[in-house]
Amino acid sequence: MPDFISIPFHDGLSPIAISYVLAAMGLNIHFGYTGLLNFGQAAFAAVGGYALAVSIVSFDVPFIPALLLGLLGAVILSLIMGIPTLRLRADYLAIVTIAVAEILRLVVTTSYKDYFHARDGVSGFTETFRSWSPYRSMDGNFLTFSPGDLWVMTVGWTMVVLLSLLTYLLVRSPWGRVLKSIREDEDAVRSLGKNVYSYKLQALILGGMIGAIGGFVGALGLASVQPDTFTTDFTFIAFTMLILGGAGRVLAPVVGAVAFWALLSLLAVLLGELSDLSWMPDSLLDNTRIGNLRFAAVGIALMLLMIYRPQGIFGDKKEIAIDAR
Amino acid sequence: MPADDSTTDTNATTGRAGLVGLAAEPGVAKPDPILVAHGITRQFGGLKAVDVDHVEVQRGVITALIGPNGAGKTTFFNLLTGFDAADSGDRSFNGRSLKRVSASKVARLGMVRTFQLTKVLSKLTVMENMRLGATGQRGEQIWAAPLRFLWADQEREVTERAMELLKRFKLDAKADDLAGSLSGGQRKLLEMARSLMVGPELVMLDEPMAGVNPALKQSLLGHVKSLRESGMSVLFVEHDMDMVRDISDWVIVMAQGQVIAEGPPESVMGDQRVIDAYLGAHHDTDITELDLDALAAEAEAETLSNRGDSA
Ligand SMILES: Nc1ncnc2c1ncn2[C@@H]1O[C@H](COP(=O)(O)OP(=O)(O)O)[C@@H](O)[C@H]1O
Ligand SMILES: [Mg+2]
Repeated sequence: MPDFISIPFHDGLSPIAISYVLAAMGLNIHFGYTGLLNFGQAAFAAVGGYALAVSIVSFDVPFIPALLLGLLGAVILSLIMGIPTLRLRADYLAIVTIAVAEILRLVVTTSYKDYFHARDGVSGFTETFRSWSPYRSMDGNFLTFSPGDLWVMTVGWTMVVLLSLLTYLLVRSPWGRVLKSIREDEDAVRSLGKNVYSYKLQALILGGMIGAIGGFVGALGLASVQPDTFTTDFTFIAFTMLILGGAGRVLAPVVGAVAFWALLSLLAVLLGELSDLSWMPDSLLDNTRIGNLRFAAVGIALMLLMIYRPQGIFGDKKEIAIDAR
Repeated sequence: MPADDSTTDTNATTGRAGLVGLAAEPGVAKPDPILVAHGITRQFGGLKAVDVDHVEVQRGVITALIGPNGAGKTTFFNLLTGFDAADSGDRSFNGRSLKRVSASKVARLGMVRTFQLTKVLSKLTVMENMRLGATGQRGEQIWAAPLRFLWADQEREVTERAMELLKRFKLDAKADDLAGSLSGGQRKLLEMARSLMVGPELVMLDEPMAGVNPALKQSLLGHVKSLRESGMSVLFVEHDMDMVRDISDWVIVMAQGQVIAEGPPESVMGDQRVIDAYLGAHHDTDITELDLDALAAEAEAETLSNRGDSA
């Protein structure tokens, strides 16, 4: 297979891509369906990843309870972010989430080094998980994926399917109807006797837990958790993926995230080949420039998408038209 | 509080009969009040938008709340329904104090409002708007939501009830359209129909006629009357004096945040304080109308009360 097919294919399905798919799925519940601006999705992924890693490495917690601790951490984080802000205007949640996410990242970078190991991150927590892999005795790679990656991907994509199904069922229920109504006009919902605050909190918790599951998959895929994974870039890239797919559609985060990663890595390959051409001077295109250029190119692609297809890949043009009234 | 002592709690009279012979004084006690507000104030900076000493709303009748623009009617609505918090005072609904009760709880208790600027959910279909109004839905609980069989039956009942209401409001043909595609008047109708899905005892309508074309107006009038016939109480804000005279059993007049007059429509519209309030407010659209209306009202006080019930 030529590089410009095999590498984007690999990156678009890899464990890292899955962790972004899940982060974007959580944001879809928050932003796509409820209209909550959570700019701290990185914090939920971090809580998932670090809770899993630290409780296994430092406290010998077994694997499954460690996962449950990660989910519990996401619930607590939602309550911390949501309780003070969800009665207020939408922007307060945005400010608090981004602040909490940055504080959390700084804490794991600079404090409690015995547990978090600063920039080195935490590793050595994947043994149990790997011992369950059916691919352990496999020789070589399968479709460019190592046996270890393949196992993370099997579990990760299964989670994506199950959680997409759950999302599908939820948003088609009366519960989902309340969320979509809150997204549009919460006072109308309140006037009909619904406790808007409680629904927002439920949405924040659910989306946060899905983000934490993304953190699990990312941690298992890299076999380590590091603070630099969880910068604000993480959240904004997940948002970009969601909007690319079309916020408020069940499959938008999946398609958006895979398309985004594949596009990014396709550009890396193409720019790489371009820079290898003998007539291309290094001063114009070298390896460090490729990294930045491909993000610029993705940015241009997104701008074109927003201009010509503002509803995203899956969105409904009718809804956007109504918005403009 | 001034009160007409000919009636007391022990021989309370419900509905329109209870209003007969009441003193036409601001704050007069009603024999069977569904809503009582006392000492309610709300200040916006230097402006006291609402300053209501005492007001009672009789059960089972249509009460109009009128007053020039900026009189504080919408603000008063917001305070009564818990959408805004009063600086002082309290109100009670069916004898239960609503202090620190949230807006959604107020609605569940049976006091449901609509908005001056219509709040239909334009990205939901007309039917989904209606379904949202139903209370006590099991499918609105997160644990039951993914399991359709737990709420499918209830959803069917809700849909049936919604369809009946939509038929009554002549919106059944639009049930599957997005609410955003409705005209302004149809949105008013939908919002009113949707509020009925909650099963209210007191319906509070903020300018239900604003922006509604004359043909629809007649049927809206009919709907409001039918709410009374089916045992609900109605409190509505309105500028259209024809409508006020036509359908209301009692009129409360606000100006500059205060209740300045109340009484049966005929007497209130001839009240000098009311005319002054409207004229004094430099209000351009309704002055002439009210002025003429007021004069006419004095002349033909009671002949207007039984205009045709439409649709
Ligand atoms: N949120 C607010 N902030 C400041 N002033 C307000 C606010 N809401 C209403 N007002 C003022 O209070 C007064 C009463 O307004 P409102 O209740 O809307 O009157 P009405 O419904 O009788 O026309 C007006 O002078 C208005 O400008
Ligand atoms: Mg008003």
